[in-house]
Amino acid sequence: MMRRALSALLLVFLAATSASAQLAVRGKKIYTMAGPVVEDGVVIIREGKVAAIGRAADVAIPAGFKVLEAAVVTPGLIDARSVVGLAGYFNHKHDQDQLERSSPMQPELRAVDSYNTREALIEWVRGYGVTTLHTGHAPGELISGQTMIVKTTGNTVEDAVMVPTAGISLTLGPGSLRGGGQSPGTRGKQMSMLRARLLEAKSYLESLEPREQKPEKAGEEEKNTPPVNLGLAALASVLRKEVPLLITAHRAQDIATALRLKKEFDFRMILDGGAEAYLLTEELKKAGIPVIIHPSMARFNGALQNASFETAARLKKAGLKVAMQSGYESYVPKTRVVLFEAAVAAANGLGFEGALELITTSAAEILGISDRVGSLAVGKDGDLALFDGDPFEYTTHCVGTIIEGRVVSEASR
Amino acid sequence: MLKIACTLLILILAQWTPVLAQEVPHAFTGAKIIPVEGEPIEAGTLLVEAGVIKALGPAGKVAIPATAKRFDLKGKVVIPGLICTHSHIGGIGGGDGSGPVQPDVRIYDSLNVRDSGFRRAVAGGLTALNIMPGSGHLLSGQTVYVKLRGSKTIEGLCLRDKEGRILGGMKMANGTNSQRAAPFPGTRSKSAALMRAEFIRAGEYRDKLAAALDDPEKKPPRDLRLEGLVEVLEGRRVVHHHTHRHDDIMTVLRLSREFGFRVVLHHVSEGWMVAEEIARAKVPCSIILVDSPGGKLEAVNLVFKTGGILEKAGVLTAFHTDDWITDSRLFLRMAGLGVRGGMSREAGLEALTLAGAKMLDLDKRIGSLKVGKDADFVILNGDPLSVYTKVLETWVEGRKVFDRGDPDDLLHAVGGYGAGVDQEPYHCCFGEEGGGR
Repeated sequence: MMRRALSALLLVFLAATSASAQLAVRGKKIYTMAGPVVEDGVVIIREGKVAAIGRAADVAIPAGFKVLEAAVVTPGLIDARSVVGLAGYFNHKHDQDQLERSSPMQPELRAVDSYNTREALIEWVRGYGVTTLHTGHAPGELISGQTMIVKTTGNTVEDAVMVPTAGISLTLGPGSLRGGGQSPGTRGKQMSMLRARLLEAKSYLESLEPREQKPEKAGEEEKNTPPVNLGLAALASVLRKEVPLLITAHRAQDIATALRLKKEFDFRMILDGGAEAYLLTEELKKAGIPVIIHPSMARFNGALQNASFETAARLKKAGLKVAMQSGYESYVPKTRVVLFEAAVAAANGLGFEGALELITTSAAEILGISDRVGSLAVGKDGDLALFDGDPFEYTTHCVGTIIEGRVVSEASR
Repeated sequence: MLKIACTLLILILAQWTPVLAQEVPHAFTGAKIIPVEGEPIEAGTLLVEAGVIKALGPAGKVAIPATAKRFDLKGKVVIPGLICTHSHIGGIGGGDGSGPVQPDVRIYDSLNVRDSGFRRAVAGGLTALNIMPGSGHLLSGQTVYVKLRGSKTIEGLCLRDKEGRILGGMKMANGTNSQRAAPFPGTRSKSAALMRAEFIRAGEYRDKLAAALDDPEKKPPRDLRLEGLVEVLEGRRVVHHHTHRHDDIMTVLRLSREFGFRVVLHHVSEGWMVAEEIARAKVPCSIILVDSPGGKLEAVNLVFKTGGILEKAGVLTAFHTDDWITDSRLFLRMAGLGVRGGMSREAGLEALTLAGAKMLDLDKRIGSLKVGKDADFVILNGDPLSVYTKVLETWVEGRKVFDRGDPDDLLHAVGGYGAGVDQEPYHCCFGEEGGGR
């Protein structure tokens, strides 16, 4: 009896899941970001993945599929650098987990251990079409911790997570200086501390490698290998180029310092912020560094005093790969919305499609997740954002957000 | 010798004057003019002389004097200069922290007219501001109403009444910003009690002044704090009141009723919950729409629909930048977000202009394009509510104060190397609630 009831329940559950995953979205304009704009098109989502896409005249909507309609359809938006889920909107001690102050270098801090799936700001950004978040530890300490990539749904972080360790956050320049005689107190000290720790990680890695390369000799090597060190292990993954260093630097001198560090230790680097990156476009291009640019509407003071609304456009024109971020806010607003930030870039030299790339394809490529998200093509995740007009216009509304075929927001915002 | 020097000085001054004042009439033709008061005029003509609007109407209906300098604005849009009812530009900081009630403190004694915030404000189309001290006090001091004329001194920016007195309001706040360690209040009740006691003392002082008539012997000694509060009680100084939560809003209305002061509610994050009550009290609201709720407890219920709800309830509603909370260069965006949240386009534009003028008692002079009003206007290259639209020029009292075609002005409009100067942000309450830096 009990077993039958359970079976029935399971059947009901499966039916509900599959029903919600069978979805068709019609759009007057569909920006697939994988080809030309599809006018009067349709996207078919089956089992959470894009199953077909094309003109409504050519693609039949299977019977029983739920159908949504919108003026403009885009891929689900990607926020390439955020602290949403760690920095809560109450802004009180109990909901601020984006920055650990106890020590200037803590690469072992995992974002998954701080992410609150029920945080109100996740729902807020999801309402504006954001389906993927690269979130985690904030800039503000020399090495503040790890970042991760999540979808903006999920009851637990395990449900939400796409990439548990997406980067390690490092901050150069005034953002991570400490006062009161504590280190690092200067830019020079920042580098000496970083270099010493990376050298340590290098030795740690070298001491691990013999054991890993020759498992049959594991027993012999064991006595020479160091005990597990979480921080050094995290940095070792950077030196192995498994995880990029996400270096926050705004002033040109700090960006140049980041390049110097990369040259010495040869890791994958993503430049974060980059308010004065327009002064070093050639250097960044030569080093092959992608940029997750500061929010267009970030406050233009401190290290960002020479920021420009046109930086994203200037970097793209110079041939750099650029994505947009909501960034890190410590007061009001507690988070920015990446859609709004890209809009200002659209209006300042980048144009509509260039700005849409910042929060779709380019973001996915920089974060290494373009096999799943960032564009609409058969086999990719069924993540969509629906709008009643040009997504970047102030007066347009986001009228729907879909993640893996599930409608996760329907209110007009 | 002295005579020659004097003559020289007069000559120099004579050379200077034409640069400062508008000599010949200016005729702006061909633009779509949105006067805010009155219907939009397609291909209209705006005639400006001696700093004021001389005529306004469709092409052909406005006689352009032969001497007038003409400006062809075909394809452009002209709107009134934007008015920000709540700004913190000018390097003023968060205010003195010695006590919760400081009606003697005048913000214009703290202002730096060379602060780059002024350059950015005109780049956003702003022409008049209410500059206020921070909200970390129950009463943080006297605000000042300025015109962005471009001046070497703060006196040159201040708006004055007919007697030459500098115009401004009084900044007050309740809720969490002003709850700090003693001598600041620790609770909402204590906040209200402290303010009630202050107003009662000010009332007694006012009565003593009145009883003394003009007899200097009987007059109480001058008291700068109480003088400021008496101006509030007499309605000569409007209270600009920071308030977010629905219950804090009702507390402001309660105190305003008890002491009879005139008040504008500022921020009003939960105003949508008590819109009918605000409407019944006939109190205007100056609101801000920021990109997400929270950042502090009293703002967790902030929504974009506030403007639309207040409009429908019949509340006079303006926007403000709270610069640096939002950037003056993007002030037009606020109306865009308001309309997104359900405001009418007309109310959205009025909230950037005329509504604010009314809240500052300046609507006879500014806030709309109307014959006799100051020639404060903005030239745009498109729909005021579109993200793609740019402010091309800003004019104050018939003089151009921002020109996107000028490289230095453009640098301040867009940003870039050299646009910034090392400056301290407005510090009030920033990072005080545990968020770190």
